[in-house]
Amino acid sequence: MANAAPQMKVTDEVAVQITAMNKWYGTFHVLRDINMTVMRGERIVICGPSGSGKSTLIRCINRLEEHQQGQIIVDGTELTSDLKNIDKVRSEVGMVFQHFNLFPHLTILENLTLAPIWVRKVPKKEAEETAMYFLSKVKIPEQAHKYPGQLSGGQQQRVAIARSLCMRPRIMLFDEPTSALDPEMIKEVLDTMIELAQEGMTMLCVTHEMGFAQAVANRVIFMDQGQIVEQNEPKEFFNNPKSERTKLFLSQILGH
Amino acid sequence: MSEAYVRGAILPPLAPPVSERGVVKWMRENLFSGWLNSVLTVLAVLAVYYIASLCLPWLLHGVWNAGSLGECRSIIATNYGPDAGGACWAVIHARWYQFIFGFYPIEAWWRPILDFALLFVALAPVLFSDNPRKAAIMVGVVSVILVLSLMALVPWWALLLTIALMAGLSFLSYTATSKLLWVAAVYPFLSVWLLWGGSVWGPVMAMAGFGVMVLVYRVISPGLGVIMGTALGFVAACIWWLFLGSLAAAAIQSVVPFGLTYVESDRFGGFLLAFVIGVSSISISLPIGVMLALGRQSNMFLIRTLSVSFIEFVRGVPLITMLFTASLLLQYFLPPGNNFDLILRVVILVTLFSAAYNAEVIRGGLAALPKGQYEAADALGLDYWQAQRLIIMPQALKVSIPGVVSTFIGLFKDTTLVSFVGLLDPLRGVTTIVRADLAWKGIYWEPYIFVAAIFFIACFGMSRYSMYLEGKLKTDHR
Repeated sequence: MANAAPQMKVTDEVAVQITAMNKWYGTFHVLRDINMTVMRGERIVICGPSGSGKSTLIRCINRLEEHQQGQIIVDGTELTSDLKNIDKVRSEVGMVFQHFNLFPHLTILENLTLAPIWVRKVPKKEAEETAMYFLSKVKIPEQAHKYPGQLSGGQQQRVAIARSLCMRPRIMLFDEPTSALDPEMIKEVLDTMIELAQEGMTMLCVTHEMGFAQAVANRVIFMDQGQIVEQNEPKEFFNNPKSERTKLFLSQILGH
Repeated sequence: MSEAYVRGAILPPLAPPVSERGVVKWMRENLFSGWLNSVLTVLAVLAVYYIASLCLPWLLHGVWNAGSLGECRSIIATNYGPDAGGACWAVIHARWYQFIFGFYPIEAWWRPILDFALLFVALAPVLFSDNPRKAAIMVGVVSVILVLSLMALVPWWALLLTIALMAGLSFLSYTATSKLLWVAAVYPFLSVWLLWGGSVWGPVMAMAGFGVMVLVYRVISPGLGVIMGTALGFVAACIWWLFLGSLAAAAIQSVVPFGLTYVESDRFGGFLLAFVIGVSSISISLPIGVMLALGRQSNMFLIRTLSVSFIEFVRGVPLITMLFTASLLLQYFLPPGNNFDLILRVVILVTLFSAAYNAEVIRGGLAALPKGQYEAADALGLDYWQAQRLIIMPQALKVSIPGVVSTFIGLFKDTTLVSFVGLLDPLRGVTTIVRADLAWKGIYWEPYIFVAAIFFIACFGMSRYSMYLEGKLKTDHR
């Protein structure tokens, strides 16, 4: 997977802007003074030990989690308690979860067409055509009429990616997309994600797949205890980490 | 080393030994798998034999044609000897109509019968939404039974009209099952009109209230938003129902009089009453239960507190207390001269009672859903009501089916408690009247067995349908 395509280019348009953001769970300070800018077309990998707040950070970007201080602007829309803005941002930002979260009572095709039909008001036929296009893209068009429970983990995660893509999102968030998968299924999901990256999608990805980070990321962000400790381009980040905490982390995940 | 034992060809499969097939295997596994189970099997067979030997002669000696209990006994004595016991089904033969209709006037019996048949037509698209064959079979069977039972009750032209109507509905149920949802939508109003009679314009104007609600919503929501539109639409509909609707109905009735003979609520009785209360409470309490369950999970303090208080209050009070409230107390709170129908009052309180129980069952279903389902719905940009309707409720209700159906079955059987507020329920009300008749004085088992059998058919039907539904909705392949 080390053959990153050359056409992946970053524009100078801002996709996500986070300024002086703080978040607490009760009295626990989970995210501390986060500042971060993501340009359109950028592919960012966020890593760090468990409990470091990396999932919470990307879940703040589509407001699955609420931040208490600071500012988050997604695609020019600021996230406040205004429901209209939240729904607008959510329909522009796709998300892929660790446990897929497909809807078990709907077929694969219905999973994919539900949001376009009800949120985007796309006619059913058109939505189904789009759904089949993205299912072929993730290489499982033949599963369209099955239920999620009949698919393997890797297939389910690819369906979840296709489901997000059907909404034609401008930004994709990945929350540990491969952590719940068997080793031989990780590759099929990563291949799909790499393909997506090569098409220029803006991606924020929480993952421990360092091979993926080296292949497609333009920036790796390392978080610890709710703070961004270090960020750099992948080559520098892996070969020449600055902070002690990063060095320790890298030695732990790469050292065997 | 000498030659090893090697198989030259694949052997064909042989039939298993006698002890491993058919009846013998089944009996060994299920009846005689150990000495304890063998003893229990023998004891169970003896018990079944003993009970059957007690009941069977009594059931088989049953007499269907007799004018009184004494006549029954003398027939049994002449046929089977002076000491033989026997059932006197003649009481059912003579008084069945009271168990079914109470004191509902005989010339209007066709109304509840037609209403009951239309109930199944209205249910068909709901129960078998994706199975037109089953829907058509149900409507067809109901049609045939309806026509047969109306034969002796209505003139030939009305019978032809019924045949045409039911043939049309059966056809529709097969070709376009979802179209029957219109029947389901009109059914509540039609049903009230058929059962109680009176001017047709009353129910029509009640239906028009929903039209008023939609109209006001359409006018207001573009300017003032969805919430204001809904609220004002609801207020307008209430004003319509309370004041304008009845005036309009009276006005139209004076120009175009059309209606059925009015039947007083105290003529209702027997299974007619049980089904009126049961069916209306079941169908209204489910949506209210869903709303209460959602209210209890709401982030909004006021809605959550109101839902919790309502549920806890209702669950903390016995149903009988609520029925007494319906029959006695409610009358004190209403302005004098206000004659609020007793059946309607009972339906309202039974509905609220079962809604509170349903709310808790459905809350259990909601709790069984992983948080990821809510998050996925949110992340796709679905709003609260879309997420509830498309993602959460279909799954939560599926999990809740056994509990909800248990509540429904319990509610249906509890309709017999209305005898405590003077309504004529089939179990106590009608049976007491029948047993008070001089001709049937001393009869005991037969009416109760008859009532129990009808209750069993209704409840067993609900239970079987819920199992069918669970099987149909099982898509998780666990």
